[in-house]
Amino acid sequence: MAQAQLPVSGEFSAAGGHHPTAWKWYDYFTFNVDHKLIGIQYLVFSFVFYLVGGLMAVVMRTELYTPDADVIDPNLYNALLTNHGTIMIFGWVVPAAIGGFGNFLVPLMIGARDMAFPRLNALAFWLLPPAGLLLVGSFFFGGAQAGWTSYPPLSLITANTAQSMWCLSIILAGTSSILGSVNFIVTMVKMRVPSMPWDKMPLFCWAMMATSILALLSTPVLAIGLILLLFDINFGTSFFKPDAGGNVIIYQHLFWFYSHPAVYLMILPIFGIMSEVIPVHARKPIFGYKAIVGSSMVICFIGLFVWVHHMFTSGTPPWMRMFFTISTLIVAVPTGVKIFSWTATLWGGKIRYTSAMLFAIGLLIMFVVGGLSGVTLGTAPVDIHMHDTYYVVAHFHYVLFGGSVFGLYAGIYHWFPKMTGRMLNEPLGKVHFILTLIGANLTFLPMHVLGTQGMPRRVAMYDPQFTQINQICTIGAFILAFSVIPFLVNVIWSWGWGEKASGNPWRALTLEWTTDSPPMIENWHRLPVLTHGPYDYGLAGHAPSETTPSHV
Amino acid sequence: MKQLPASIWTLTVGILVTLIALWAGNQNLFFPEQASVQAPLVDHFFNLMFMIAVALFLLVAGTIIFFAVQYRQRPGDEGDGVPLEGDFSLEAYWTLIPAVIVIVLGVYSVQVFTEMGGFAAGGGGGNHLLMSHGHQPHQPMPAQLVSDDGAEPAPAFKAEYGLGGSERPDVTVTVTGMQYAWIFNYPEGITAGELHIPVNKSVQLNIKATDVIHSFWVPQFRLKQDAIPGHDTELRFTATKVGDYPVVCAELCGGYHGAMRTRVYVHTQEEYDRWLAENQFAQHPDLSKAVAVHATE
Repeated sequence: MAQAQLPVSGEFSAAGGHHPTAWKWYDYFTFNVDHKLIGIQYLVFSFVFYLVGGLMAVVMRTELYTPDADVIDPNLYNALLTNHGTIMIFGWVVPAAIGGFGNFLVPLMIGARDMAFPRLNALAFWLLPPAGLLLVGSFFFGGAQAGWTSYPPLSLITANTAQSMWCLSIILAGTSSILGSVNFIVTMVKMRVPSMPWDKMPLFCWAMMATSILALLSTPVLAIGLILLLFDINFGTSFFKPDAGGNVIIYQHLFWFYSHPAVYLMILPIFGIMSEVIPVHARKPIFGYKAIVGSSMVICFIGLFVWVHHMFTSGTPPWMRMFFTISTLIVAVPTGVKIFSWTATLWGGKIRYTSAMLFAIGLLIMFVVGGLSGVTLGTAPVDIHMHDTYYVVAHFHYVLFGGSVFGLYAGIYHWFPKMTGRMLNEPLGKVHFILTLIGANLTFLPMHVLGTQGMPRRVAMYDPQFTQINQICTIGAFILAFSVIPFLVNVIWSWGWGEKASGNPWRALTLEWTTDSPPMIENWHRLPVLTHGPYDYGLAGHAPSETTPSHV
Repeated sequence: MKQLPASIWTLTVGILVTLIALWAGNQNLFFPEQASVQAPLVDHFFNLMFMIAVALFLLVAGTIIFFAVQYRQRPGDEGDGVPLEGDFSLEAYWTLIPAVIVIVLGVYSVQVFTEMGGFAAGGGGGNHLLMSHGHQPHQPMPAQLVSDDGAEPAPAFKAEYGLGGSERPDVTVTVTGMQYAWIFNYPEGITAGELHIPVNKSVQLNIKATDVIHSFWVPQFRLKQDAIPGHDTELRFTATKVGDYPVVCAELCGGYHGAMRTRVYVHTQEEYDRWLAENQFAQHPDLSKAVAVHATE
């Protein structure tokens, strides 16, 4: 029966064609169309930028150790805060979560040999290095200094050359994101292995579906805003110049129409990673598969209608403040459904405390804090006090660091064996986890107090009454910076000399574990056939073994 | 004897969580002092949400940690967990209960926002510039005279956004944000670098910006409004406590954004009148209407 279901293409042998059997190291620096290689290109590229963005944060926290601007020039401080935000979003979380894990995993999880448009896929990746170079290069012209939001008129009158490079860089990254999204949607619709119906598709793929739809709908709007900004700076137009009839509020709408959904672009794939990591290491079926799929789609939809909550204190009429308060609060419901579902998945499990699982559980708790502070911020009355303060900084770092970065680490510990064929060192992973957990909370928890008491964000100098709390944050940031070292050592050492990984070291049930580690070019000799659901742990007859299953 | 401990356990946890949440919600843990009519409204609403948040955090994080410990892999056990794939009623509860909570919070926030004056923005409050100080009939009103003559038509202030009020304010001040200072213009012809206002009087700020976006924030008032080039905004409040508080720029406005700070002085009425009189004399000894500040706008 299984044989009868195999498509003709399933008979292609990867090794029999004109392809080599495995990629060489230098292939990783070329325009290669293999989705796995592209995924790793994305991950390594974005991790380098994570380190760059992290170093910027360390310099900023050093500056904030004292109230006066005594370490660096305040304009350079603004350039650092602008590029820290930009790099962490467009250079790290988005390319790592969507480009990295999305590309590596989606075809493997649905039983495809590659993405639907492999060349487009490679093109999408290769748009990023020039984008990154533009950002780094902009520092030779002072660096963009108007914040990652780049509100005009400030962005129109500050460091014009650097600001233009910043715009071009984001437009390139956005184009890459649009190309990637089309590819993901088509791949999932058209290339699932025939034995995989929609309701057996792994949750990571569903998360990528929601992410891709959202990116496709919102990214062009950001591009519009930035192109208009670019024209205002360089070609004498006046879309956003108030003294020439322009309107600065319109830019904020265009910007946040993308950039709020961008928050979900950065967390939905992470939710997908959570839904894969938790069942495997808890040895339990995921609790509420359909609810998790549904909540991803609901977040994707409502996420398009909350953007004005970033503008409660700017140009927002009263009715809008109320409409967007309520729509914002509603997002908490589907997000809660996911948190509760993962918690329920833990119930009755036999939890393996691998580094991947530790980061996943850490994420759960950190994200609850970020979600709850988000509800308070989402209401207009409280936001009128809290907006643009350190309370906001605390909130989004709990969501983006405690959420996205913890999730990326969980994903790396979980899929590193599949990507490289080597296991990561577990004791080092645990040291990494504990340092990260302590550092993150020490850095970001006190910031809630700072903001509430009256410290605005994006300042190089502050009132001396905030000195003590800022020093705690700075010490936390140093611990956080240090926590990367055991991880880096672990990855580099394990990639070269780590213990060899079997095809399925975690005894997981999704399709990427049915091939070798690392998978061969074109993934399988013969496409796998789905004989069980992706999360059928504990169900009779589905006990997965550690060896690569033979092709039924 | 087997059922009893479980229910007692649940009850104890419930009571503990409730007590901790109630305690946390009534501490006003982090806010600076309350110095405006709006401040207690904001704090009360925040503390209510904080209370709910503490309760939810304790329950959810507690459950996660309890499960994480209780259902850890025991040595030698290589098997799988309970193959439970969902539970409709449980999922319905944890969808509906949070939905009810956020909808109630959302509706309540509308109520709080109304009490704060949020729905009166642009409702005419901003147009009181020219008739704003009837309580001080002894003061000359140069700006009004200039405008009424039509000789030098100052553009009427029309707030599009902000927190306003429909009733006539007691004091109106025009606030101008620029890199990196706040300028306060009084209809009496006074220009100041700090904001001076009387206590327990309704104050209308008409907010403008000359260069980039700034944001006028007084943490002790819990109020913030952006100053936007090309759009007039307003902020209506009543200060309730004599004292001086920081005025902070909350929107990134350039390299020295962090240094764009000044003070707001809340005076008793007598002190305020004295301040007005002194400054009027100091800035305009001849009281000539020709130097009316508003004519320059």
